[in-house]
Amino acid sequence: MSKRSVADLKIGERATIQSFNDAVMSLKLLEMGCLPGAEVCLHCKAPLGDPICLNVSGYCLSMRRSEAATILIEN
Amino acid sequence: MDASLTIALIGNPNAGKSSLFNQLTGLRQKTGNFPGVTVDKKSGTWPIDTQTTATVVDLPGVYSIYPKSLDEQLVTDILANPAHPDYPDVAVVVVDASNLHRNLLLFTQVADLGVPTVLALNMLDVAKSQGKEVNSVRLAMRLGVPVVRINARTGEGVDQIKKAVLGQLENPTLPGKLFFDPADEAADLIADTRTQYALQNNYLALQYIIQHDGFSFLNRVQQLALDAIIDRYEFNETAFQANETITRYKRIATVVAESVTDHRPIGEPTWSQKLDRVLLHPVWGYAIFAFILLLIFQAIFAWAQPFMDAIDSGVAWLNGQLKEGLPAGPLTDLLTDGILAGIGGILVFIPQIAFLFLLVALLEESGYMSRVMVIMDRIMRKFGLNGRSVVPLISGVACAVPAIMATRSIGTRRDRLITILVTPLMSCSARLPIYTILIALVVPNQRVLGVFNLQGLALMFLYLMGLVSALLAAYVLKLVLRTKERGFFIMELPTFKLPRWNHVGLSVWESVRAFVWEAGRVILAISIVLWVLASYGPGNAMQEAETRVKQELANAPADELQNKLASERLEASYAGHFGHLIEPAIRPLGYDWKIGIALLSSFAAREVFVGTMATIYSIGDGGDEAGVTVRERLRQERNPLTGGPMYTPALAWSLLVFYVFAMMCMSTLAATQRETKSWTWPAVQLAYMMILAYVAAFVTYQCMA
Repeated sequence: MSKRSVADLKIGERATIQSFNDAVMSLKLLEMGCLPGAEVCLHCKAPLGDPICLNVSGYCLSMRRSEAATILIEN
Repeated sequence: MDASLTIALIGNPNAGKSSLFNQLTGLRQKTGNFPGVTVDKKSGTWPIDTQTTATVVDLPGVYSIYPKSLDEQLVTDILANPAHPDYPDVAVVVVDASNLHRNLLLFTQVADLGVPTVLALNMLDVAKSQGKEVNSVRLAMRLGVPVVRINARTGEGVDQIKKAVLGQLENPTLPGKLFFDPADEAADLIADTRTQYALQNNYLALQYIIQHDGFSFLNRVQQLALDAIIDRYEFNETAFQANETITRYKRIATVVAESVTDHRPIGEPTWSQKLDRVLLHPVWGYAIFAFILLLIFQAIFAWAQPFMDAIDSGVAWLNGQLKEGLPAGPLTDLLTDGILAGIGGILVFIPQIAFLFLLVALLEESGYMSRVMVIMDRIMRKFGLNGRSVVPLISGVACAVPAIMATRSIGTRRDRLITILVTPLMSCSARLPIYTILIALVVPNQRVLGVFNLQGLALMFLYLMGLVSALLAAYVLKLVLRTKERGFFIMELPTFKLPRWNHVGLSVWESVRAFVWEAGRVILAISIVLWVLASYGPGNAMQEAETRVKQELANAPADELQNKLASERLEASYAGHFGHLIEPAIRPLGYDWKIGIALLSSFAAREVFVGTMATIYSIGDGGDEAGVTVRERLRQERNPLTGGPMYTPALAWSLLVFYVFAMMCMSTLAATQRETKSWTWPAVQLAYMMILAYVAAFVTYQCMA
C-alpha cells in the first residue's frame, strides 16, 4: 500500500511528517519549517480542494495538493 | 567615521522589515534599482549619531539565502560578494518573535556568512498574545550577537538598535563558531574551494559550490572550475542542503527552547484562522472576492470621477486664462494646445490610479491578498498563470506599467513571462476615455430590464472582452512555451493585521509618481510633437491650401470659412500626410486618414487618442470643454463617400475592439523589455496584440457594416 501524504489529510486532522519523496521540493519545504518529526494540521482547503493550508510550526502555510503529496506522514 | 557606511535590513517577508526601514529613515528615502538588476532598491539615510550617518538598504524579504525568485537572488548576490557596492558593514536581521524557529533559520545563515549582525526581535506583542515570552538576554548569549527588542510599528527600541549597530561598527563581533559548519561534513571540498578562491569563511565557500550558477560576480571560467570541484568530490548538493536545513533547525530548536517560554494552549485556532475558514470557503470565499472586485471597480469609475472632472476643468480654466492673457501666436499655441493639453491628459488619470493602488495596498497590508492568491490559484493554473498572477492582472486595470513590475514576486519564470505578456490586455484606465467617448456616440443612454444602463453594459462588455482575451492568450502561450522548470506555490499565509497607513500612503505615492514620471514623459513629448506636426506642413503647402480656401469661399460666412480653413490646413500638414499614407492599410477597418492620425499618435500612449481627436477636430475652435466638444464634433462628422454620419456603430465598435486588443503603449513595452531583459518578448507582445487587434477590428467592421 502506498504511503499516506499530507495531501490525504482531512480538515482538522493532525499528522507527523516522516519523510519527503521529492528531493528538490523538500529543500523549500524544509526551509519553511516542514521538518521530519514536526506535527502538521490541515487547517483548510481552498475551494475545489486545491491549494491547501497547513498549520506547521506555529504558522499557516499554503501549498498545492501536488506539493503536499510529496510530504509523507507517519501512519 | 567612514562616510559610506551601509546597513542592510534583512528578514522574512512580513517580519516588519519595511516598518523598521521607515522608522530609521523617515522621509529620507529613495527608490532606485540595484546595479545590473531590475529589483526595486529602497534605501535611505539614517543619522545614527552626531558623527555617523549610514545608508540603510531594505533588502527583499526572503526565507533563506537559497533564492527561489528574482528578488530573492539579489539578497544572496549581495551577501556572498563583499565587493558588492551594497555589501553591508552591519546587517540588521529583523525577526518575527511569534515565529522564531523559521525566522532564525535565515539569521543563522546570514551570521554564518561572516556579516556582523544585529538581531532585531519584532512582534513581541503578537508572541505574547500567543502565550510566548522571549528572554532576549539568553537569546543574545546563545546566538553570540546583540539582540534588541523592538516594535517596528511604534518605533520602540530604535535607540537600542543605534547602540547595537554602533557597537558592531566599532568592534565587530561574530558568533564564536558557525551554527552550521560545512567543513564538519565535507572538509576537503570546503578547504579546496577556500584556497582556490581565497575565501575567509567555510560557509561562503559552500555557497560558491552550491549557488555559483546564479552568482553574477563569478565569470564563466570560475563557474566551470567550481563544477569541476563538485565532480571531483562527487558532491550531492541537494542532499547536503537538506541536511544543512535540518541541522540548523535542530540547533535553533535547542536555542529557542532555552530562551522562550511557551504557554500556548495547544490546538486552539487563532481568530486569524477562524477568519480563513470564511475567506477560503467554497462559496463565501468567492462571493467576498467578487464583492471586493466590485468595490475596486466602483472606486475607479465612480469615486474617482469628481476628482477627474475637477482636474479636467482646472486644466481647461488655466488653458483659457493663458489664451486670454498671453499674446496670440505660435508660442502661446504650443504652450496651451501642446504642452498644457498634454499635461492635463496625464494628470486626469491620477485619481483612478491612486484609488486602485490605495485598495490594492490595503488588501496586501491586511494579508487578504495572499488568500486571494490561494483561492484563484487552481483556476489561474488552468490558463498557464498562477495564483500570484492575480495582483498584476487587477493592477492592469489601472496601468500596465506598475502591474508588470508587480510580477516579480512570481517565482516561476514561465508563469511570470506569461503574466507579463497578457497583462496589457486588461483594459487599463488609459483606454477608458476612448471607450467613454465612442460608447456615448453610438450606444443609446437608456435603461434595460429596469436597472442596467445600456452604456454601462457596453463598457462592462469591453472590460470582460479584455479579461477573457488575457486568459485565452495565456492559455495559448502555455501551450507554446514548454518548460521543464517546476513551479512552487509554497507560500506563508500571514496573519491578518491592521494596515499601516504610512505604508499604504507610500505605496500609493510610489505608483502615482511612477505613472506620472514613466508614462507622463512619453505622453507629454508626443503631445508636443503632434501639435508641431498638425500645425506645420511640408514646403508652403499650408499657405497654398489657405489661399485656395480663401478664394473659393470668399463670400461665405466667417464661421464656415474658419472651419473649412482649419480642416484644409490639417490635411496639408505633416500629420495629414501621415494619415493619408496609412489610409489604405486601415481602410478595411473602416477608418479614414483623420482616425489614422489619431491611431499613429496614440501608438505611443493610448490616452493621446482623445487629445488628438480634439486637436484634429477642434483646431480653430473656441476652447470649450474638450470631451463634449469632441463628441459633438464626431457626431456631426459626415462620411464623404456616403454622405451619412461618419461615426456609424460599425466604425465605432471597430475602433473600440481595436483599442481593447492593440498594444498602444511605449511605456508598457519599455517595462516588458526591462523586466524580461530581452527585446524578443516586447516584440512578441507587440506583434501578437497588434495582429489580434487588426483581425478583431476587421471582423467587427465587416460584420456590422
